[in-house]
Amino acid sequence: MNTSPDYFASPADPETLSRLRHRLGLAAEAEGLLDVAYTTIESPVGTLLLAATPKGLVRVAYDTEDHDRVLSTLSQRLSPRVLRAPRRLDAAARELDEYFGRQRRAFDLPLDLSLSSGFRQLVQRHLPEIGYGQTRTYRQVAELVGNPKAVRAVGTACATNPLPVVVPCHRVLRADGTPGGYVGGPAAKLALLTLEAA
Amino acid sequence: MKQPFEQVVEQHGGTVLRVCRVVLGVHDAEDAWSETFLAAMRAYPGLPEDANAEAWLVTIAHRKAIDVLRARKRQPAPVGKIPEAPTELGVPGAGDGDLWQAVGALPEKQRQAVAYHYVAGLAYAEIAGILGGSTDAARRAAADGIKNLRKNYPGAATKGTPS
Repeated sequence: MNTSPDYFASPADPETLSRLRHRLGLAAEAEGLLDVAYTTIESPVGTLLLAATPKGLVRVAYDTEDHDRVLSTLSQRLSPRVLRAPRRLDAAARELDEYFGRQRRAFDLPLDLSLSSGFRQLVQRHLPEIGYGQTRTYRQVAELVGNPKAVRAVGTACATNPLPVVVPCHRVLRADGTPGGYVGGPAAKLALLTLEAA
Repeated sequence: MKQPFEQVVEQHGGTVLRVCRVVLGVHDAEDAWSETFLAAMRAYPGLPEDANAEAWLVTIAHRKAIDVLRARKRQPAPVGKIPEAPTELGVPGAGDGDLWQAVGALPEKQRQAVAYHYVAGLAYAEIAGILGGSTDAARRAAADGIKNLRKNYPGAATKGTPS
């Protein structure tokens, strides 16, 4: 008899598995095992991956960053207990929706900045001080964090921002007014600046 | 590099569900699946990177299934029903009820050996590690299980010999 794995399969398996996986996410959360929960949302700047630890939102990633690679990095750097479990991201997803719908100008979310450290984290902590619709140059941000010579390091801090959109590195421009680089690509940076200028 | 646990669930969730279904029947399979993956997630950071994730999961599922079987035996048996009687074998989707009757009628060891070899694809040496006993005994249990299934479930296709 041909007993391939399919032999004991059922047409209802995909549905059953999706229900079981949902249940696993809830149980893991209840047992304190869900070290990293993630989900993906659609936005005007493409599909965004949102990931959170119990402390707060830890990663926002653009499609261009390759979500599989981002998840592998989270698994290595934070914990391999990574599950797609959207519930922990409900508030972040809602606030981002509101932001893209021009209903929100600032984010009110617990953040976990443990993916960055030192000067980079210091810069990222200060970036939310640049208000909605405003921009600063890399030099101004260097001055803001009390290290006016660290213009290049500010650029690196912006480029390695683990929480783009929410931590507004898109509001930092070159001194000549051109946008400069962006983790989500220049088109995404321009789209956010345009959204906020309207 | 250790992959995110989500990928372990994605890659092996279906196999573990079928293993649980063969070992326990449809009714208890989902609870066993849930307990297996919750326990696996708890232990996952300690799993060596080169470990065979499927064999590891089947080993956990085996232990969880034994818990379920023990609990089932402890429960007061309904009148006239002995603990070894075929289990409640509901049928997922449009599956074949006769097959599940036949699977449920197998002795526990044979059912386990069939599940771990024919569903999970584990080698007999790995199965011996899970069931205890020798590799030969594991091979024999799987072969006897398949023989019994053929006998009790004539609807089964008879293509070649199981490897």
